[in-house]
Amino acid sequence: MEEKSKIETAKPKKKDPRAMLQKLNRKPFLLKSSPHLQSEYSIEKIMRGVILALLPTTIFGVIIFGWHALFMILVGIFTCVLTELLFNLISGKKFKLTDGTSVITGLLLVLTLPPSFPISGVILGSVVAIFLGKMIFGGLGYNVFNPALLGRAFLQASYPVKMTTWILPNYAEADAITGATPLGLLKFENIFTSIKPLILGNIGGTIGETSAILILLGGIFLLVKKYADWRIPLSYIGTVFILGGIFWLIDPTQYPNPIFHVFAGGLMLGAFFMATDMVTSPVTNKGSWIFGIGAGIVLITIRLFGGLPEGVMYSILFMNGFVPLINRYTQPKTFGRLKNE
Amino acid sequence: MKLSTFKSGIHPNSFKHYSEKKKIEKMSVPDEVFIPLQQHIGKPAKPIVKKKDEVKTGQIIAEADGFISSVIHSPITGKVKKIDEFNHPSGVRSTMIHITKTGDDDWDLIDIPKDWKNSKKEELIEIVKKAGIVGLGGAAFPTQVKLSPPKDKVIDSFILNGVECEPYLTADHRMMLEYTDKVLLGMAITMKILDVKNGYIGIENNKPDAIKKMQQRIDELNYDFKVVPLQLKYPQGAEKMLIDAVLKRKVPVGGLPMDVGVVVNNVGTVFAVCEAVTEGKALIERVVTVTGAGINEPKNVLARIGTTFEKMIENSGGLKDETNHIYMGGPMMGISQHTTDVPIIKATSGIVCSIEKSVDEKISPCIRCGTCIRVCPMFLMPTKLSRLSELGKYDELEQYDIQSCIECGSCVYSCPSRIPLVQWIRVGKLKYNQLNK
Repeated sequence: MEEKSKIETAKPKKKDPRAMLQKLNRKPFLLKSSPHLQSEYSIEKIMRGVILALLPTTIFGVIIFGWHALFMILVGIFTCVLTELLFNLISGKKFKLTDGTSVITGLLLVLTLPPSFPISGVILGSVVAIFLGKMIFGGLGYNVFNPALLGRAFLQASYPVKMTTWILPNYAEADAITGATPLGLLKFENIFTSIKPLILGNIGGTIGETSAILILLGGIFLLVKKYADWRIPLSYIGTVFILGGIFWLIDPTQYPNPIFHVFAGGLMLGAFFMATDMVTSPVTNKGSWIFGIGAGIVLITIRLFGGLPEGVMYSILFMNGFVPLINRYTQPKTFGRLKNE
Repeated sequence: MKLSTFKSGIHPNSFKHYSEKKKIEKMSVPDEVFIPLQQHIGKPAKPIVKKKDEVKTGQIIAEADGFISSVIHSPITGKVKKIDEFNHPSGVRSTMIHITKTGDDDWDLIDIPKDWKNSKKEELIEIVKKAGIVGLGGAAFPTQVKLSPPKDKVIDSFILNGVECEPYLTADHRMMLEYTDKVLLGMAITMKILDVKNGYIGIENNKPDAIKKMQQRIDELNYDFKVVPLQLKYPQGAEKMLIDAVLKRKVPVGGLPMDVGVVVNNVGTVFAVCEAVTEGKALIERVVTVTGAGINEPKNVLARIGTTFEKMIENSGGLKDETNHIYMGGPMMGISQHTTDVPIIKATSGIVCSIEKSVDEKISPCIRCGTCIRVCPMFLMPTKLSRLSELGKYDELEQYDIQSCIECGSCVYSCPSRIPLVQWIRVGKLKYNQLNK
């Protein structure tokens, strides 16, 4: 107190900054703690990038599966955004427009559903995804599991038949493929699908997973823009390729070749768009590798030895659960710390 | 060829185009100067002049107080008007010696040997000490302390820091181009003091002209220094990062460069060493970059310490009407100024006047993207540290090595959620130090 008054009295009138400002007829300068530069990188930008990257495969899904698919997508997004807004309203948080993450959750959820899925299911899944998957944990940034996949897991349990009913794309040749997905054909009928339709997308499957090449296009965009960590898709798909390859070498008549593994089912979509979800993946580089490799091992195990034809969803959710542990044990070593410290 | 660098870091826009082509302009001697007693790391100097005393240019007006401190000289020939508290560019009010000019420069020079090559190391250190030289890169650590490492530390290499990784700043760049010979001579003197044979000059490759000029003069003058071009990256100018980039040595946690046998000095510092040892000039002027979108004529100016920002800005054509932010130093670590009524000090590498859009106050939740962890040059977990300080868990900060944070701001720069990470870490450091006193 005493010190303060001393400074007050010591302040020469002529040098009073406020007087100076008045004299200069200038607004006060900004005062902030450095740094004064900020990169362009922002949540909004990341979210817009992810939506943009998902557009090719989304549009392709609508083209090959028709209007019902489009309707599902719109309902999914709308329900997700509405759920978040309502939750914020009820819990007394600021009623603000969503930052785009709910749009992505809704879109991703619908992209992983069969094209003939009932609208009631889409609504239910969306509510579960946002409410149980995100908001209940504290909203953006605090959820443990990928919300879209959590919603899908809920639907898998509550709509088991609808979840495995596939329709063919509009233009697919009838004799080329049947109604089931290539992975389903493999699992239940031991029929191998050739690679070309997998890449192009004229196969049975969920709305967004059929065309590997379009997903890859969006995925590469994400990696180039650094909206996703390249280590995760690389280690995830790489592990699937290597493990799948080992089994194929052991017995090519029973196990599909590794290229089929990579392009079939939801692996591409999952690896580029869901496993890379920043909130539910590790924060360290080393952690990203562990996460991807772990998910790859779980996926191959489910595909080859489990009861389900596809395991992308469970493999990612499984590894999501390990993220806090992975983060803890892959904490980087401070610059200048010795190895054994 | 792949250029060397350190791991992680960021690539901010450089904004150096404003002033990198501008020749260093010698500014006329100001009519009045304000000389803070605290311009360096360590204890503030003790004034030895009083009101109405006549002082000469280069005359000692305040003595070093203790081992880590520095003497301060009058930068002009004049009369002490007052010793009082004025605005200091670090944001506080601090004791300064106010001197008004009475006439042309009348130099009070330091006694120097005829040929420094025959001098003993102790004599040279004494000159550096008398000249009040401190690290001019921004930290302002007393140079004589740096140049006299304890006996048990073996120094084998000297690195000249010509990185200038802060955006906007071009003072060191211009000095390497225009004062090449003096910089090299200063480096040779410094290396003689340290008695080291390996001299390296780290320059980022966004200054190809400086790399070329330095190399050319080294060859012509037969110096045995090695110019090391470095990949452009921030914060390469930080001592620990620079040592890692040039020599691939890692300074241990809590250690100093001398723990790995290295001393690093800035371009401006060795220039000052050269002027002190060969001409007897004390450190009373330095090159300051006055730049930014908010100033009419960005420049590099050789100005007397104690000149007010107002004068410097006036000398650069004045501020633009929209200018709303002025800071001392680069944009990554610079200090915001509430007024232009502050003097430049030994550590003032630049004055950046910028026009910023409305301050973006919106902070989003952490989305755990891990960007801050990936860019942290010290391999810390900024998100964890900032969270702990935000929650007031100061005792847990040590296990995450909060003391290693160099406050470079890379984490905040790249955070997509705009979380004030380094700001929270600063709070945490302060509280942690208070608790552990």
